[in-house]
Amino acid sequence: MGEQGVAHVWRKLRAIYNIEGNHCKTCDSYFFPPRLVCPNCRRKGQLEEHHFKGLGKVHTFAIVRQAPEGFKRQVPYIVAQVELDEGVRLTAQIVNCDPEDVEIGMRVRACFRKITEYGERGIIVYGYKFEPVLKVTGHPYP
Amino acid sequence: MGNRVAIAGVGLTKFGELWDKSLRDITLEAGMYAIFDAGIKGSEIDAVTIGNMSAGRFTGQEHLGALAVDQGGLGTIPAYSVEAACASGGAAVRHAYMAIKSGEHDAILVLGSEKMSDVNQSQAMDTVSVASDWEWEGLFGATFPALYAFMARRHMLEYGTTEEQLSLVTVKNHANAANNPWAQFQRPVPLEIVMNSGLIADPIRVLHSSPISDGAAGLIMCTEEKAKELTDIPVYIEASTQASDTLALHDREDITTMAAVKKSSREALQKAGLTINDIDVFEVHDSFTIGEIIITEDIGITEKGNGGRIVEEGLTALDGKFPVNPSGGLKARGHPIGATGVAQIAELVLQLRGDAEKRQVDGAETAMAVNIGGTGATSIVHILRR
Ligand SMILES: [Zn+2]
Repeated sequence: MGEQGVAHVWRKLRAIYNIEGNHCKTCDSYFFPPRLVCPNCRRKGQLEEHHFKGLGKVHTFAIVRQAPEGFKRQVPYIVAQVELDEGVRLTAQIVNCDPEDVEIGMRVRACFRKITEYGERGIIVYGYKFEPVLKVTGHPYP
Repeated sequence: MGNRVAIAGVGLTKFGELWDKSLRDITLEAGMYAIFDAGIKGSEIDAVTIGNMSAGRFTGQEHLGALAVDQGGLGTIPAYSVEAACASGGAAVRHAYMAIKSGEHDAILVLGSEKMSDVNQSQAMDTVSVASDWEWEGLFGATFPALYAFMARRHMLEYGTTEEQLSLVTVKNHANAANNPWAQFQRPVPLEIVMNSGLIADPIRVLHSSPISDGAAGLIMCTEEKAKELTDIPVYIEASTQASDTLALHDREDITTMAAVKKSSREALQKAGLTINDIDVFEVHDSFTIGEIIITEDIGITEKGNGGRIVEEGLTALDGKFPVNPSGGLKARGHPIGATGVAQIAELVLQLRGDAEKRQVDGAETAMAVNIGGTGATSIVHILRR
């Protein structure tokens, strides 16, 4: 049996540490999070790994003020759908930005941060958040 | 005919934080009321379907089908427990519809039930999040209200929908619930209070959002033949449709529309041989008020982008051309997740029978229910006729 969250996070490390998804050679579509089957081509799909650049813009966002246990200490925080330059969207927090300053269309880039923790003694989950491209914070994304 | 599916009885518990009642108490209560209402004998019921989202996490109990049969003293009849997040109730109705339509069963007790108040607020929030794509949305900090805030913000940008319009849905639904003895919030709420209520995921405020609720609903669904033995005013299910969409909201091209709602509602109208203008009363899924705005557009009450304005104009008010959520909706009747889809049908049956008292839509003959799961990954539509 696994410690809560360990195996679950470990299985996804490459995706959540490196923003690694996939690309279908048959229909030229990109997917993040990675898919096991191309939903457009199904058995005719040819998926290959793809490392996303981690650059994009804010498609929509919310300021979370009431959060479950794992995020309580971070409120208020910005969570957004980020549209990556490759064309896919993902859901992530926006950091290094005041809630008043975030706007739709804002250019952002990925940064490596602590996401949450599984309870008091549980594992800490690291992965992608995004920050405005104009800020330099010294923690570039790998 | 002969192959029509009818509803011969409905039952509801009061919705709310029911501290003194357990999951099995409320499930039994709704079922018994439905049985009494239909005047059916226990021995005539040949199956149970039950919609529930997450009793395992909310109460520690699963296997609700067997629980319901046992508690109701229904002997050895089969019981089917179905889950489709917030559309679990609608799914239970649809499963019963298909079972009767196929000839496998003749009379089914349909239940929807959820007991949410036995856990604390943050546990409840965690559990509600599993209705979305928990691994790729919830785990990255997107709460369920935040996902609806995503939709609301795009809708505001693209169509000029306002915070006042989001709030007017609440005002309308609370006004309706004030006349619903089963509702969690039986009082009107003024616009100003809604507009100044606490933000939970901007632009969504606490009063744009359905509450944490306990509650259960039940129906007796049966063949037309059986219904005619039981009641003088059976209500018929003219269409039952269901469609799916991506689990995660970020995988949808357009997040201001719910493709599954569009598809299932059009198919339902087509099957029933009706147009949207023929429908007299609606119950739609307003877990957040932006949801009602989007769904009224997607089912064709108004064009895309106009869903906020029709609330201002009163088109969806109780006395409007398209009355939406006479029960108070999820917002004000309450949203015990698995019960909601069954409660929507129960309300519409009361409306079609003319039994909805002070919230009655005059002369209602046809009705539509739209029950969605998650952020629209499941949509289940039913059209009823007296
Ligand atoms: Zn493909």
